[in-house]
Amino acid sequence: MDNIQRTLLEQVAGLHEVPEGAYNLRINGQAGGRGTTANIDIVTKGDKPGIDIIIKPGTVKESVHIPVLLSQTGLKELVYNDFIIGENCDVTIIAGCGIHNAGDQASEHSGIHTFHVGKNSKVRYVEKHYGQGDGSGERIMNPSTVIDLAEDAYMEMDTVQIKGVDSTRRSTKAVLADGATLLIKEKLMTHGKQTAETSFEVELNGKGSGTNVISRSVARDDSKQVFLAKINGNNLCSGHSECDAIIMDRASVQAIPEITANHVDAALIHEAAIGKIAGEQLVKLMTLGLTEAEAEAQIVDGFLK
Amino acid sequence: MLELRNVSYQVPEENKDKEIIKNINLTLEDGFTVITGPNGGGKSTLAKLIAGIIKPTSGSILLDGKDITNMDITEHAKLGISYAFQQPVRFKGITVKDLITLAAGKSLTTGEACHYLSEVGLCARDYIGREVNASLSGGELKRIEIAMVIARGTKVSVFDEPEAGIDLWSFQNLIQVFDKMRERTKGTILIISHQERILNIADRIVVLTDGEIAGSGSKDEIYPGLFTGESVCSALV
Repeated sequence: MDNIQRTLLEQVAGLHEVPEGAYNLRINGQAGGRGTTANIDIVTKGDKPGIDIIIKPGTVKESVHIPVLLSQTGLKELVYNDFIIGENCDVTIIAGCGIHNAGDQASEHSGIHTFHVGKNSKVRYVEKHYGQGDGSGERIMNPSTVIDLAEDAYMEMDTVQIKGVDSTRRSTKAVLADGATLLIKEKLMTHGKQTAETSFEVELNGKGSGTNVISRSVARDDSKQVFLAKINGNNLCSGHSECDAIIMDRASVQAIPEITANHVDAALIHEAAIGKIAGEQLVKLMTLGLTEAEAEAQIVDGFLK
Repeated sequence: MLELRNVSYQVPEENKDKEIIKNINLTLEDGFTVITGPNGGGKSTLAKLIAGIIKPTSGSILLDGKDITNMDITEHAKLGISYAFQQPVRFKGITVKDLITLAAGKSLTTGEACHYLSEVGLCARDYIGREVNASLSGGELKRIEIAMVIARGTKVSVFDEPEAGIDLWSFQNLIQVFDKMRERTKGTILIISHQERILNIADRIVVLTDGEIAGSGSKDEIYPGLFTGESVCSALV
């Protein structure tokens, strides 16, 4: 790993070196190292690029890191990663993609992550996207996530994209069985001429299933964001989606919440709010001695914290 | 010492400008001054002028002899003026500790931040990590607002109707907070209030009616005449 790759790794995974436990490092489309444990196996796919991460039933308190680093301009890749998580597990999965583009050609990473979460398992999935580099080539990331939660499974998905990604199109689709719960938290900031489109579609098929989809975003400069949250309640279930956006400068934010109840006991709620930073918030912080720019930074940082 | 010299404040209305503060001259020495008077009399406007949130249409404001009339809000704050809003502001994602720390202007240990909350009668452990969002009640927010002013510890502190939105149960504690502040603080404390109990602990009372000072003096001089209704009715005639 060179210094640029080390920086990317720190930004997306908070790691300085190869992590403890199971991991798979992908650098510029090549294998950059792999570690497995007694309970977690990682196998390269034979038919297409990507890996299978197989977690044995009953695996608890273990983690898997699968960072992807791109520092070569013009590289475009499509990767399939499948997570097969057994029953009664409690694991953390940290994925992330960092692109450094110093050239004039677009660099693009598209990852399709499929999760099969076994009965009564608990998964925390953290995904962080980061871009840097002063080249004119775009940094593009299009993550797709497919989630299949078995009975009483619980999954928490934290997705963060704060800096440097020029264009992103995120799609997340989930199907929930009886008693399953899915919590999604998205944090997004776009600036310059960036565009970000996110779509979350959740099928609440199981009795007693539930989801909470929460997005907080800040759109600055000339950036554009589109947020779609679609929840279908097909059984006795509960669903809630919330999009909260701060708009600044000449940005544009579109929120499209959609809830459909196909069952009399489906309880669904959506909330969406878009607005600029309230003037009184700036004034309050300025009366504490902050300048207007410092006050704005505090409000944005707090909002995305 | 805070001085207002010939301060006026007008806002444009359809036909002609409306004068909200009319050529006020007021000198605030160290101690506890309560500004009272009927609603719409210009009290909150006066507080905002002192905090630098709005600027006078004419006249000047001096802090310890220094002209601060045209300085912005941040400069007012840095020179030592604190202002507790009548309606505290909510922030998504910013915690009580974040705000107290910003107010103190230096990093605080949790223990130090908790101390300021205890001062206003909040059980610090329950509040320090909470977000200053819609989950806090009006009364809780008001106390946090006051705690921020205490944490700043500046030479001038302005409180705009601290009792508004506080239930009777909490009000007793609030009086104690101000009583304590009065004993300890050497600076200028200015409170806008209608409450007899707050007027009772004032060193000086200023009555503001229709943008003008209708009366000013020690508590003993002003207090007895306050509730005869004259000042209120004269504003209506």
